[in-house]
Amino acid sequence: MVIICRNPVSSALSLVISFLGLAALFITLNAYFIGIIQILVYTGAVMVLFLFIIMLLDIKADNTNDWNIPAIVGTVIVVFLLVSQLVSVLHAFKAGSQPMTVLPDSYSSNDVKSIGLEIFTNYNFHLQILGVLLLVATIGVVILSRRQSKETEEN
Amino acid sequence: MSLGFLVLFLPLIASAITLLVSRRRAMLSSYISTASALICLLITVSLIQNGDNKELGSFNWIQVGDFQLNIALELTGLGKGMLLVVTLIGFLVHLFSIGYMKEDSGMARYFGGLSLFMFSMTGIVLANNLAMMFIFWELVGVSSYLLIGHWYHKHSAAEAAKKAFLVNRIGDFGFMIGILLIWGAFGSVNFAEISNSLSVNKYDQNLLNWAMVCIFCGAIGKSAQVPLHVWLPDAMEGPTPVSALIHAATMVAAGVFMLTKVLFIIEVAPVAASLIQYVGALTALLAALMATQQDDIKKVLAYSTLSQLGYMIMAVGFAGYLYNGETLGEKASNAGFFHLYTHAFFKALLFLGSGAIIYACHHEQNIWKMGGLLKRMKITSITFLIGTAALCGVFPLSGFFSKDAVMAAAQNNPLLLSIGCFVAFLTSFYMTRLCVIVFFGKSKSWSAEEAKEVPIIMLLPLIVLSFGAIFAGYSFSYDWFVSYDKIIHPKGALPLMLSLIGLSGVLMGVFLYKGRTSEPCNIKVLKNKFYLDEIYLIIVRISQEFIAKFAKVIDRVFIDGFFVRGGAKLVSEVGSKLRGIQSGNLQGYAFLFAIGVILVLFIINSLIG
Amino acid sequence: MPTLNEYLLMSGLLFSIGLAGVLLRGNIIIILMSLEMMLSAANLALVSFWRFGGGGGLPSDSYSPQVMVFFVITVAAAEVAVGLAIIVALFRSRQTVEIHELSSMKG
Repeated sequence: MVIICRNPVSSALSLVISFLGLAALFITLNAYFIGIIQILVYTGAVMVLFLFIIMLLDIKADNTNDWNIPAIVGTVIVVFLLVSQLVSVLHAFKAGSQPMTVLPDSYSSNDVKSIGLEIFTNYNFHLQILGVLLLVATIGVVILSRRQSKETEEN
Repeated sequence: MSLGFLVLFLPLIASAITLLVSRRRAMLSSYISTASALICLLITVSLIQNGDNKELGSFNWIQVGDFQLNIALELTGLGKGMLLVVTLIGFLVHLFSIGYMKEDSGMARYFGGLSLFMFSMTGIVLANNLAMMFIFWELVGVSSYLLIGHWYHKHSAAEAAKKAFLVNRIGDFGFMIGILLIWGAFGSVNFAEISNSLSVNKYDQNLLNWAMVCIFCGAIGKSAQVPLHVWLPDAMEGPTPVSALIHAATMVAAGVFMLTKVLFIIEVAPVAASLIQYVGALTALLAALMATQQDDIKKVLAYSTLSQLGYMIMAVGFAGYLYNGETLGEKASNAGFFHLYTHAFFKALLFLGSGAIIYACHHEQNIWKMGGLLKRMKITSITFLIGTAALCGVFPLSGFFSKDAVMAAAQNNPLLLSIGCFVAFLTSFYMTRLCVIVFFGKSKSWSAEEAKEVPIIMLLPLIVLSFGAIFAGYSFSYDWFVSYDKIIHPKGALPLMLSLIGLSGVLMGVFLYKGRTSEPCNIKVLKNKFYLDEIYLIIVRISQEFIAKFAKVIDRVFIDGFFVRGGAKLVSEVGSKLRGIQSGNLQGYAFLFAIGVILVLFIINSLIG
Repeated sequence: MPTLNEYLLMSGLLFSIGLAGVLLRGNIIIILMSLEMMLSAANLALVSFWRFGGGGGLPSDSYSPQVMVFFVITVAAAEVAVGLAIIVALFRSRQTVEIHELSSMKG
């Protein structure tokens, strides 16, 4: 749905639904923290941002009817190749064909605490870097979205 | 420093001095050069009196492994006679040139060239091995080129010099192959060593024949036999003393001399010997025919030289003639050399005489413009007539004996003998024609009317040479070199027959040409030298064009198109195709990413299995 | 119970769909969204590997995959923010979001 819809708003909303499904998958994998984070950050912030921008720029629906043949052909080929390779690899991956083991009841899935522990001890440095990255991104966004208003003011 | 080296190198020093130092001082150069020639003559006389000398001096020039090449001098047998001819006639020509070239602006250059020639020719005579002879052979060709092209600003002279050198070169190519064959067969190029090993070992007949044929090519080129004779008439563009020295007496005789040096090979190579005989006879015949129609006095003499050279070569060829199981050998080649010896004298005399005539007639060379010169230039005319008589083989003069010897060498082959007799007839005929037109009758032009006797410095060589022409045939002069017994003698009525033939030639010449003012019979073919020059030009042009076209195809299509332009084209084509990848199209790029990822996966997949 | 292979297949399919979106659509915003989908597919693969412990069995002891997923989400968010800012700036100058008109790096 995401890639098919003409209207970008529809695309975005479809993507939201995809992410929700993904979060559900994460929950089934007992990765609770990640699932929640997915919903919070991805759907809550990123997709909302997308929708803001779509509405800001007032992007109309794509109304042209022409099919971009080379692109479609290329895409089909690529996707087909990729999927076939994937299937062949997975077919050979014997270890992955065992079903998921049920977690024993004594398994404590206090993943928030564990993840927090990992981040702040083993991956402390990476966290700091990440912080700097976010800072830079913020500054970049602010700069990029400045209007070229100084010139008009000087005139 | 031995005398041998002195006689060899003195002219070289004189040449160096004249060419490098005294270029402006013409008279000084001429004196230096003539003095060197005189000294060489004196040394030669003293060397000859010492008898045969195999080791005049040598020094080691190249040593490559076992092979050693010496610059070594020897003076044996016929070499003595040759050296005398070279130095004596050389000296006389130097004297003559002082007078003849007096007003010429390039006089110093001329004498430098003359001395260089003397050096090279002496080198050929004194050489004791084939390689050294070849070096001096080429040097003689160079000197000839310089001297023929002395008046280089005259287009025909420059062309003639080029032609002489190139045609000579063709012959030299064969000569070189012959030398290499000899070296391969005998392991040495020294004459004495080859001769020794030939008498001891048995060699493959085919090899000897081919080697001799190739060496003969050198003689064909240098002594202007058919088919390489075309340069000699054109070489008359040079000053007349040059023609006298080089193209009458010495250089062209170098071919004959070389053949006598390798006589021992000719004796055992009958096929090559026959070839030599026939080529000589053919040359004599064709040249005599062509001489009957020429109008330039020097050209007549040039063709006459060609014809006489044919005689000499034929005689030397008969050295290999098998007669009753044994070869004529030395007797025949001595006959050829005898003719060379006498021919040098009277031909040089004739050329210098013609030079005097040309000088007196203010450089007019057409015989139909001369006439009645007997009255005006007494001494010149008389010496010229003596020379003519010697050439025709009139009885007590030298030419009679030498011509008889040549005919005697050929007496076993009726065909060649009759050709030889016919040529003798033609010789008398055209020489008489020449003399009648030039000396008798009325003067046909202003320049002939004004002719007066030439200065004494030019007359002196003429007189000396005429003595040589008369007396050179007698055994007391010839015994210095080789005993008179060792020359083949004519049998029976041959001398008488030859004299009668000569006489009839004279009578015919007088009958046809007495009192005429223009040519009565015009035989176009003979006049145009059998159109050989034109034929050669066409052959050269055809082969050159073919090679040029072939080379052009290779160059344009193959080398240029394929490698040079093809390489560039390949690069540019690939470049422009690859340029399409940079389309600026985002999705195109993404597509390529995806393809790359798939490829990587595929490779890893197949590697892991 | 689902196997690891099924989860991985799911991840792969998600990825392919995202790739198809990048190659097919001409609207740059849609392309960005498909990019996000591809990133999420990678997250799914990571978490499933953590859960299955490399094969069948209990989840692995170390929580590194989850930490990595955490980081990936963060970086993806930052990247989206910056990307959208760029698109806004582009839109202001070119007045279009269609990539064929946007690209000026031809040749």
